Amino acid sequence: MFEPHVDALMPKFTFPGRYESLAQIAALVRQATQELGLSSLDAYTVEMAVDEACSNIIEHAYGGEGRGEIELEYMIEANSLIIRLRDHGKPFDPKKVRPPRRDAPLKKRRNHGLGLYFIYQWMDEVHFDFSEGTNTLTMIKRKK
Amino acid sequence: MEIEHTAYKRCDLIKVKGRLDSASAPDFEEKLKQITNSGRYRIVLDMEDLQFISSAGLRALISTQKICRRYNRGEVVLANVPENIKAALDLAGFTTLFKLYPDVVSAVANV
Repeated sequence: MFEPHVDALMPKFTFPGRYESLAQIAALVRQATQELGLSSLDAYTVEMAVDEACSNIIEHAYGGEGRGEIELEYMIEANSLIIRLRDHGKPFDPKKVRPPRRDAPLKKRRNHGLGLYFIYQWMDEVHFDFSEGTNTLTMIKRKK
Repeated sequence: MEIEHTAYKRCDLIKVKGRLDSASAPDFEEKLKQITNSGRYRIVLDMEDLQFISSAGLRALISTQKICRRYNRGEVVLANVPENIKAALDLAGFTTLFKLYPDVVSAVANV
């Protein structure tokens, strides 16, 4: 199982588990993508993956706003941006989330599963870990 | 997020600015519902100043498109879609569900 090296030097930020935190989180992610020098589109994909992950934490892990915190750490290593998100809410099984049917007609479009799909499609590596009351999502984007 | 609404005779133009995420999507969807609840189903969405859209914003688009297309009474079309947002729409398989126009004039003329 993939487990990147992460040390104590990784800066850690904590945000209230509220949707209004998403804009602040996005600003931090943009700063990280600029540090690595990602293209506009690659920076956007990272911003979206992190936004989707944090929205899922608030909605699904915590079951609503104001019930817990989101911890974010990031590190730039060689040509990669490593982002790690932690929460202390309910764990879930990513394998049980069905991917959206992108070719389905309008009437059959489902409302959920899209966020996780974006995360998997847009990050180069995605790793979930659920242990001891802590859910950890590690995502890596490589500079092309 | 900011919304500017202009009601034309043949359609409603919504210019959405800023971030359309889980925080702002409910207000955005509510604005669109006000329009469809008033019996107007031809909506042009100007995305020129939209910086970011998440799946929460995309869900609002889909649910409004379902309402507008019912009985062939109208549709939601998109104008001035920024490149990064176009990539998200493509990945979600939305570019087959919404017509995209390069500018507001052509969108208003064709909706």
